[in-house]
Amino acid sequence: MATNDTALTPPAHEEHHTSTGLDNTKMAMWAFLGSECLFFGSLISTYLLYRSRAGSGPTPGEIYDIPFTSVSSFVLLMSSLTMVLALAAIQRGDERGLRTWLLATAFLGMTFIGGQVYEFTTFYEEGLALSKSPFGSAFFMATGFHGAHVTVGILMLLALVGMSMAGRLTVDGARKVELIGLYWHFVDIVWIVIFTVVYLVPTE
Amino acid sequence: MASTEVHPPRESEELGHHPSPKKYVWVAIILAIVTAAEVAIYYIPGIDAFLIPGLIVFAVLKFVMVALYFMHLKFDSKLFRRLFVTGIVLAFVVFTIVLLTFFLRPEAAGISG
Amino acid sequence: MATAALQPRRTIFARPTATTGWYSWLTTVDHKKIGIMYGVTAFVFFLLGGLEALAIRAQLAVPDGEVLNADVYNQFFTMHGITMIFLVVMPMGVALFNYFVPLMIGARDVAFPRLNALSYWIFLFGGIFIYSSFFLGGAPDGGWFGYAPLNRDLPSHGMDFYAVGLQVLGVASLAGAVNFIVTILNMRAPGMTLMRMPVFVWMTLVVSFLLLFAMPVIAVALFQLMFDRLFDTTFFNVAAGGDPLLWQHLFWLFGHPEVYILILPAMGIVSEVLPTFSRKPIFGYAAVVFAGAAIGFMGWGVWAHHMFAAGLGPVANSAFALSTMFIAVPTGVKIFNWIGTLWGGSLRFPTAMKFSIGFIAMFIIGGLSGVTHAIVPHDAQQTDTYYVVAHFHYVLFGGALFGIMSGLYYWWPKIFGHRLSEKLGSLNFWLWFIGFNLTFGPMHIVGLQGMPRRVYTYPDGMGWNLWNMMETVGAFIIALATLVFLFNVAVSRRKGRNEAGSDPWDARTLEWATSSPPPEYNFAEIPIVEHRDDFWHKKYFVGPGRTAEPVFSGGAVDHADDEETEPHIHMPSPSYFPLIAAFGMLVSAYAVIFALPAVAIGLLITTLGFFGWVFEPGTAE
Repeated sequence: MATNDTALTPPAHEEHHTSTGLDNTKMAMWAFLGSECLFFGSLISTYLLYRSRAGSGPTPGEIYDIPFTSVSSFVLLMSSLTMVLALAAIQRGDERGLRTWLLATAFLGMTFIGGQVYEFTTFYEEGLALSKSPFGSAFFMATGFHGAHVTVGILMLLALVGMSMAGRLTVDGARKVELIGLYWHFVDIVWIVIFTVVYLVPTE
Repeated sequence: MASTEVHPPRESEELGHHPSPKKYVWVAIILAIVTAAEVAIYYIPGIDAFLIPGLIVFAVLKFVMVALYFMHLKFDSKLFRRLFVTGIVLAFVVFTIVLLTFFLRPEAAGISG
Repeated sequence: MATAALQPRRTIFARPTATTGWYSWLTTVDHKKIGIMYGVTAFVFFLLGGLEALAIRAQLAVPDGEVLNADVYNQFFTMHGITMIFLVVMPMGVALFNYFVPLMIGARDVAFPRLNALSYWIFLFGGIFIYSSFFLGGAPDGGWFGYAPLNRDLPSHGMDFYAVGLQVLGVASLAGAVNFIVTILNMRAPGMTLMRMPVFVWMTLVVSFLLLFAMPVIAVALFQLMFDRLFDTTFFNVAAGGDPLLWQHLFWLFGHPEVYILILPAMGIVSEVLPTFSRKPIFGYAAVVFAGAAIGFMGWGVWAHHMFAAGLGPVANSAFALSTMFIAVPTGVKIFNWIGTLWGGSLRFPTAMKFSIGFIAMFIIGGLSGVTHAIVPHDAQQTDTYYVVAHFHYVLFGGALFGIMSGLYYWWPKIFGHRLSEKLGSLNFWLWFIGFNLTFGPMHIVGLQGMPRRVYTYPDGMGWNLWNMMETVGAFIIALATLVFLFNVAVSRRKGRNEAGSDPWDARTLEWATSSPPPEYNFAEIPIVEHRDDFWHKKYFVGPGRTAEPVFSGGAVDHADDEETEPHIHMPSPSYFPLIAAFGMLVSAYAVIFALPAVAIGLLITTLGFFGWVFEPGTAE
């Protein structure tokens, strides 16, 4: 981002002055998350439309394993806690704590993905496929894209760990961690909605 | 939002605006309890009419808590909240209308919802 | 790899430093250069889309035409629509947003210059990708709207290119939307409150929000189509329980905000041109701004007016008919305010002004036919006929394209340092005006007489022959007019002709306060803004009775002779990683259709591009 040497700006500084006083990248992330609401809204609505069209395949009621999914939902929820603890760590300058909590977040995220993989393969073996029925297509699409978002998040968390180890988070690091954190919490929020709307709300 | 001056960015290190780790843990505990409650009421026989409203209330509660506390929306500029809420409200309204057109469609040509 | 970035510049992470030559264009992050690239690329696509139109009109000149067979015709009308919407009007708007929004708000660049470059490269590669389909088994042939279930069943790869290509282009638009929202909200010069911004900047903001929320919806629809075609999902497979109406809802939830995305930039341009050549501020600035925001907002409530014949039932139809009628109100507000701007003004009529006034007239016509569509029983007759084709060409060509031409003629001197010839411009305008009306005017008539659209031919004896011949003649006149424009561009470039200083039109807004073309850093000193139309107020003291007296020392700061006194202003360094990241997406796009496992390669290239982007040093020094 540009800085300039006019009388208006104070001497050389890493920060930029903005019209609202808010950071550019944080504003960008919130705008992006706003747009993601429409993305997941489309996927979830498609699911709501198609959940009762199971054709000759298994229905939601037949195939969901609520106790299992509850555990993986809990895991993802807790990863939001570890994420925010990671942010708190770097805000007080504790980079070791940052890396610990980031790795914990990534680990919980990977556990969640592991659970998803297990769930998907089980469903597939029990006769529900992407191509089986509108229910199958909509279910795998909604949860699959969510899982892809989680995976991207895990990669970014690991990248942050790498950056911290390379000493690239000493300046302005809290902002970067906060950005990835916002993304991570959003992905968690989407799962909160999916867990309720897709799994818990019964399909008559 | 309109300003006649430039402002330095508000540092995210501003103390007093960040919940302590302890508070975060409490939020997480509440989230866990609500999740347990969601699953519990799922299994209560005879709850039928209250199940869906109950589930929705719990989901909204978790959603709001993660957004306000973990995502820091409670303590941040209202602009961020507006950007996010606009997306949520827009999605909710248009997709409700879309789904209504499916489920309230006239039963012509044997189309079922 | 992480430590390599800390070593001095001989790593791959060294920022490129070229400021001239073709390599500088590949690595530029300068909004002005990116704007020019967008404009040139969009214009090339305009010529391609125009050729498609000429082929269509040649086929339809006579009944039972034999110029194009049905299959080729379907590809041509599909590609004509895709081209004009996604590869011409949208990127032309973005070209002007790119060049002028930072200048108009007194900034040195956009918020995220490399993201800006990424958007351009993705656009270029996406457009090339879609056009390559002609050589790889056939272009998309399901219409630009790609209705289900036909979209999943069409056998060639055409609709795969459609699904994947539009998806790729969507990424560029979404990134651009985020970029401009942050730029406009966060990078305004001191004193530039939101209500002091030029209307063009406001329209950019509204369009960016529309893009932000509409692109994700079509992204989902396109994924569903892609998965239906590639992985045999059942989203639109009727036999398996899929519902074609889902596609229509998702497509038009995007598609309707899209038409406002297409028209609002032109409305913004007109709102700048009219005041300049009327020597008056825009009439009712606040109303024009709020009307634009209202159009953006209400645009979310009307999408199913594209589905009146889809069987939604009377309740849904009535609701959307009402909302559609209501949206005419803010549009009307803008039109009255434009007329109010002209009223009592000291009018001049250079080409830019002609195109803006032409915009108002043509857009009114297109808007009126649109209002007739809002009445559901009328629409039942009009839908799928040429009446609809007339409507949207009046608003998109007579509206958006006329507006864009106005902007090009207006801002050409700022971008290139010389004006376009007014004589040739006048010829350009009148030929275009005549050709345009000759082409699309009769479509109202044949449409109401029942001529169906999206069909490759029509039989003799329907009473349509004369009108169709007229329309074809009109189309070739448009082509001639376009050649006049190209000739004008070439001829005006010659040194010494039509050279323009910073402020050739005696205009009102900040972009005219710096040299033509502006230096890389835009302004030597960021202006301090005290009024709306601040530049005008710096030039003229606006006295009681609204008379404007020139201020002695006001006016533009011309940097043409600045070499010796070049201020030391640090600008963002160029980068080649956006190009790499975009290229990875191109590879993935081809892989999705032809060699699925190779998607991993494309993703890897994109990921490496992003890693480079994150790790490269902040500056070239």
